[in-house]
Amino acid sequence: MEYFVQQLINGLTLGSIYGLVAIGYTMVYGIIGMVNFAHGDIFMLGAFAALIVFLILSPIIGIAGVAVIVLLLAMLVVAMFMTSLWNWTIERVAYRPLRGSFRLAPLITAIGMSIFLSNFIQVAQGPRNKPIPGLVNDVYTIAGLSVSLKQIIIMIVTATLLAVFWYIVNHTPLGRAQRATEQDRKMAALLGIDVDRTISITFIMGAALAAVAGAMYLIYYGVASYSDGFVPGVKAFTAAVLGGIGSLPGAVLGGLLIGLIESLWSAYFTIAYKDVATFAILAFVLIFKPSGLLGRPEVEKV
Amino acid sequence: MAAVQNSSTHPEDNLVQKGIKEGIFAGVIAFGLFLLYIGVVTEQNIHNELVYRFRWFALAVFVIIAAVGRFLVVTVGQPWLAARKADAKNKVADSGESALKKALPKLALVFLLAYPMLAVGLAGPQGSLKYVDNFGIQILIYVMLGWGLNIVVGLAGLLDLGYVAFYAVGAYSYALLSTYFGLSFWVLLPLSGILAAFWGMILGFPVLRLRGDYLAIVTLAFGEIIRLVLINWSDVTKGTFGISSIPKATLFGIKFDASKDGFAALMGLAPSSAYYKIFLFYLILALCLLTAYVTIRLRRMPIGRAWEALREDEIACRALGINTVTTKLTAFAIGAMFGGFAGSFFAARQGFVSPDSFIFMESAIILAIVVLGGMGSLGGIAVAALVMIGGTELLREMEFLKVIFGPDFTPELYRMLLFGAAMVLVMLFKPRGFVGSREPTAFLRERKAVSGSFTKEGHG
Repeated sequence: MEYFVQQLINGLTLGSIYGLVAIGYTMVYGIIGMVNFAHGDIFMLGAFAALIVFLILSPIIGIAGVAVIVLLLAMLVVAMFMTSLWNWTIERVAYRPLRGSFRLAPLITAIGMSIFLSNFIQVAQGPRNKPIPGLVNDVYTIAGLSVSLKQIIIMIVTATLLAVFWYIVNHTPLGRAQRATEQDRKMAALLGIDVDRTISITFIMGAALAAVAGAMYLIYYGVASYSDGFVPGVKAFTAAVLGGIGSLPGAVLGGLLIGLIESLWSAYFTIAYKDVATFAILAFVLIFKPSGLLGRPEVEKV
Repeated sequence: MAAVQNSSTHPEDNLVQKGIKEGIFAGVIAFGLFLLYIGVVTEQNIHNELVYRFRWFALAVFVIIAAVGRFLVVTVGQPWLAARKADAKNKVADSGESALKKALPKLALVFLLAYPMLAVGLAGPQGSLKYVDNFGIQILIYVMLGWGLNIVVGLAGLLDLGYVAFYAVGAYSYALLSTYFGLSFWVLLPLSGILAAFWGMILGFPVLRLRGDYLAIVTLAFGEIIRLVLINWSDVTKGTFGISSIPKATLFGIKFDASKDGFAALMGLAPSSAYYKIFLFYLILALCLLTAYVTIRLRRMPIGRAWEALREDEIACRALGINTVTTKLTAFAIGAMFGGFAGSFFAARQGFVSPDSFIFMESAIILAIVVLGGMGSLGGIAVAALVMIGGTELLREMEFLKVIFGPDFTPELYRMLLFGAAMVLVMLFKPRGFVGSREPTAFLRERKAVSGSFTKEGHG
């Protein structure tokens, strides 16, 4: 039983990271109907930004006491800023000119961008894994369960960000503009919503969440690599589809489910086939409920 | 781009002003983008700790390139493009295709048939290896894969991101059956195709209800599942080590080795590995031609027309009584079959297969070739494969760049970087591909623009 609960905690931690990345996929898909394939690499850029900030700041302020909090905040903020700038530029350069072109065109530029970004980091920063020393290593034992401070931080940050984003999307003029653009872009434009700006902000928001996920992935595993974008990216996209693409709560639910499936499968069956399990479950869900768990069924228009 | 055109005063000044403004803006953005990733480099020191150092010079170069580049685009590039567009509008549209264009496929075929001879003649048997193998065979494999995927994506309109799975099935079918059971290449070539087609049906069946991007992600997932099974089922597939010393293909039982009854000895030629490569070149050329022939014939048959109809409008198809299930399944199966052929050829050529050859990136490259070539157009896909694969192969040869950038410069590193950038650029300037999409083969009375041309993203 304790083992099971332990695995649940590990799964939820991993799931929080997937969920944060999945939100970026789902928001972009909801608003312009394209799969932003480069989003996984934006996540990787976030991890690298956090890594570089850590390397620059940690000799200056140290990694003890209050300094850790400052360091973590700096890593998160800089990573969010960097990836926002990147995603904004990518949208501007590679996706916006193709809006209204045929369906596959932005998908191909997105795949091209994904290849470009991972190889850019490989060339600029070198192909080796980048390890960092453990940042917050405290582990608490509560009723026989060990919970590390890292896991607590990851879950708290995820929950806070989700609350903030839920508020933005549901209760601010910006969120209203986003939802309107999602429902009908042309009508939204006619009613005075700056559609281009709304889409740009959506990309920025998605990138910021991915950066947080990337920074926390770095803290959790203590290593970053240029190729880290693909597998978490595909899993997060799987999470978004599983939860019903276009739905924010769905993305989080899907992320948590994928995290749980992965850690429980590795714990009880074999770690070798954990990704196979994830993808197989995705296939099953889509076959029996193609709109995902929380998604609205697609209405066919003739 | 918000600058208002002030046509009454000096448009030139305005343009320069606008260029300077946008150039500075681009420079600032580039500074932000590259500050951490170019401006700082992380390395392991001798104690294996991660350290960083600043690279201000490289950062400055990037910023200046961005700023000057943007300035030139605004002041020179955009007016030139606008002028060309206006020119094209004024010109009377050329009616009909020129004779040269019609003869192009035949010329290309003649060139391809003569290509290995030319290579041998110009570079000698040993020197020709590079041209026949790295350029010829490599490009033709991708042409064949592109044409195979074209049946699924270009004709039937089903977005498949896991095509490399069928390539893997074909390659492993040949590798396993020939090493374990000693079957010959000529038995296994059709068999791998059939096995791949069979897998295409198995994978195709559950995903038939899905559309568009959902189909894409499930095919991607299946591709990954097959790769992961190949990695983890190490009793049979030897896992990540891969299967080595796979038997080579033979020509009517004649082996291509240095033995007494090998090809070179029988023909009375000096032993060289070039003959096997030349043989493989003609083999893959024949397979490509088979793929093209089947595609062209199928397009004229009811099933091919059903595919094209399905691509244009699935609902209309169902209303007209086309069985969408069998139509989609045949597209999947036939596309997969050609992937299987290419896979078994790949295994015979390399003599070694490992799961590393069948990563998602391969699927993405093949899909990129199909889309960049113009979906459905065989010629366009061949051109795209030539440009994208040949271009990146060419990069390996750029030894002279070492003179400019110093001896540490390795052009290979930039291969995929440039490939990604090229994918984006080609799409931006030619979103319909190099050649443009093929229109449906069958028409009622007159050629009309088809709904597919107007399909918006996400709703196709």
